[in-house]
Amino acid sequence: MLTTKQRIWWALGTVAVLLYALFPVAAIFATSFKPSSELTSGTFLPSSPTLSNYESILAGDAQELFLSSLRNSIGISVISTVLASILATLAAYAIARLDFPGKKLVLMTSLAVSIFPVISIVTPLFNLWRTIGLYDTWPGLIIPYMSLTLPISIWTLTAFFRQIPWELEQAAQVDGATTYQAFRRAIVPLAAPGVFTTALIAFFIAWNDFVYGISLTSTSAARPVPAALAFFTGSSQFEEPTGAISAAAVVVTIPVVVLVLLFQRQIVSGLTQGAVKG
Amino acid sequence: MSAITLKNIVKEYGDGYAAVNDVSLEIADGEFVILVGPSGCGKSTLLRMIVGLEDITSGELRIDDDLVNDKAPRDRDLAMVFQNYALYPHLTVFENIAFPLRLTKGALSDDEIDARVRRASTLLELDEHLDRKPANLSGGQRQRVAMGRAIVREARAFLFDEPLSNLDAKLRGQMRTEIARMQRTLGTTTVYVTHDQTEALTLGDRVAVLRRGVLQQVASPRSLYEQPVNLFVAGFIGSPPMNFLPGEVGESSISTPFGELPLTDRLRSAVEGRDIVIVGIRPDAFHDVDESDVPDEAVRFEAEIDVTEWLGSELYAYVPFTSHDDVAAKLEELDRDLDGEGMRTQLVVSLDAMSTLTDGDDATLWFDPASAHVFDPETGDNLTRDAARAEKLDEHGAKARKRAIERARDKAERGDAAVAVPSAG
Repeated sequence: MLTTKQRIWWALGTVAVLLYALFPVAAIFATSFKPSSELTSGTFLPSSPTLSNYESILAGDAQELFLSSLRNSIGISVISTVLASILATLAAYAIARLDFPGKKLVLMTSLAVSIFPVISIVTPLFNLWRTIGLYDTWPGLIIPYMSLTLPISIWTLTAFFRQIPWELEQAAQVDGATTYQAFRRAIVPLAAPGVFTTALIAFFIAWNDFVYGISLTSTSAARPVPAALAFFTGSSQFEEPTGAISAAAVVVTIPVVVLVLLFQRQIVSGLTQGAVKG
Repeated sequence: MSAITLKNIVKEYGDGYAAVNDVSLEIADGEFVILVGPSGCGKSTLLRMIVGLEDITSGELRIDDDLVNDKAPRDRDLAMVFQNYALYPHLTVFENIAFPLRLTKGALSDDEIDARVRRASTLLELDEHLDRKPANLSGGQRQRVAMGRAIVREARAFLFDEPLSNLDAKLRGQMRTEIARMQRTLGTTTVYVTHDQTEALTLGDRVAVLRRGVLQQVASPRSLYEQPVNLFVAGFIGSPPMNFLPGEVGESSISTPFGELPLTDRLRSAVEGRDIVIVGIRPDAFHDVDESDVPDEAVRFEAEIDVTEWLGSELYAYVPFTSHDDVAAKLEELDRDLDGEGMRTQLVVSLDAMSTLTDGDDATLWFDPASAHVFDPETGDNLTRDAARAEKLDEHGAKARKRAIERARDKAERGDAAVAVPSAG
């Protein structure tokens, strides 16, 4: 149990961390409502809040650039997340449950892949993709994204699957379940939160990527939002597109927040508590 | 309810290690059989083979008359309680108990499932916890939920895999009686694995003692305690364990570190042709000369008490001695088999709690030589085992058992609603 003093320190620390982490977000949020004349005013809050920045990205000049990239980002991230989750679930299930030669190799390889610096692969990949026609296409981004999302998915899911008490599967079988029923009724409900959490992490990795996004695309055919933001321009060459970029940044944050809110109940850990003594 | 027959069951692992070796055992309908032995003796493997979670390398396993060797667990219709309960954490207590019933879609109506679960929960006193999740239950409650899941199915037999080993001592005692009562009430064939000999002796109609995968003896608890077939069973059953003393066979007596055992007819024929034997005497066979009437045939000896332990209901006194080289190796091996540490050789004596003996006292103790067992130091066989007496004890046990079941069924028929559980079928 924490003493009152400890509790106060924890509260202070938490507030400090929250301020440090959320201040930039708040600043971007505030900036997104500023008219272009106020961008350099130096005040935190806009004196006359306006929606013009949102209008410009959703209906105005930047509309085409932003909306197409938003579509690309959502599509590419969702597909690579789904693929990575399915593959990682199967791989992790096998690694956690079965004893097969090369088990360590799979884990080590995926670790090696994940520590390989992205920037060092991007140039060869650029050349390769141009040659085989994957440059500036959805698959051209989905494949490298999976190289980012698969390793971490395999590792987290393996760790998660390892702590599922497999005795439950046996208990279900003794209770009269078929192998499929045992998996479906006893194991899946326990594995689901882990898979959701992993999928969420994978989605954010794909969603936030910038290096692949800007290097392997050239048009709105496949360019994702983080890359597209770099192509925003002001309404004249003397104007910075800061307001529009802020508004876009706020818009792309929304799906992330929605996802976390939607799945936070599934993410609740400790669901396995009580299955076995402990 | 069913009879289970094991015939020459063998479990061999890939490396050729036989975890269970040639075990044959007949479990009668409604019988409560305990598989007991030190860790690694294969008792759990054997149970898992019966339920179908382990493959049988060779041998025959029959439930009633069906050969079930190759049947999947679900087709054997047995209910099992796991050591750590294996409750489904995402389901409420009600759904946990109802789980087996819901697997066969459409077989049972919701009303019927509800009625069955409630009958089981009433029997196990879980009524007020039905809506809770396993994580919020105490160890004893989880244990009862696991039992509820087992009895609700009205399976052909119950299998228990060390169900009480995760509970603390007090709860273990309570649950032990609970299990005994439940089994008596339902009259369902039960196989129960434990390493705890108190559970073995109190619960079992018959107890099967295993050592390194080999069945040593199957007998009623009394017969096991009084007439063990060998050194291992004698050492395993009983707490504190039986004392094993080296005995040199002389002209007219067996000489032990604690007195001379006169060679009566019984002993003479037992030790015939041997120079060295192992004499086994239970701690409760010893008495203090000052506190009891000493019969004529008693063997008396002087002992310096090293340590005493007063337990309220009795007093344990320890007397160290040096073992004979010829039997030391055998006794050390036995100790290892029994999960012991092979510390020192000492005599344990269980005396009346009123005794005033304390550490360092000199005492004169006596024991009745008729209570002594004599074992072959090579094979470990009990040379003084009275087979006729053992049989009588077994018969007595079987009779008591039959009466208990009849009583329980009468009670159930009279409509003792609270205990008249699913059984009937």
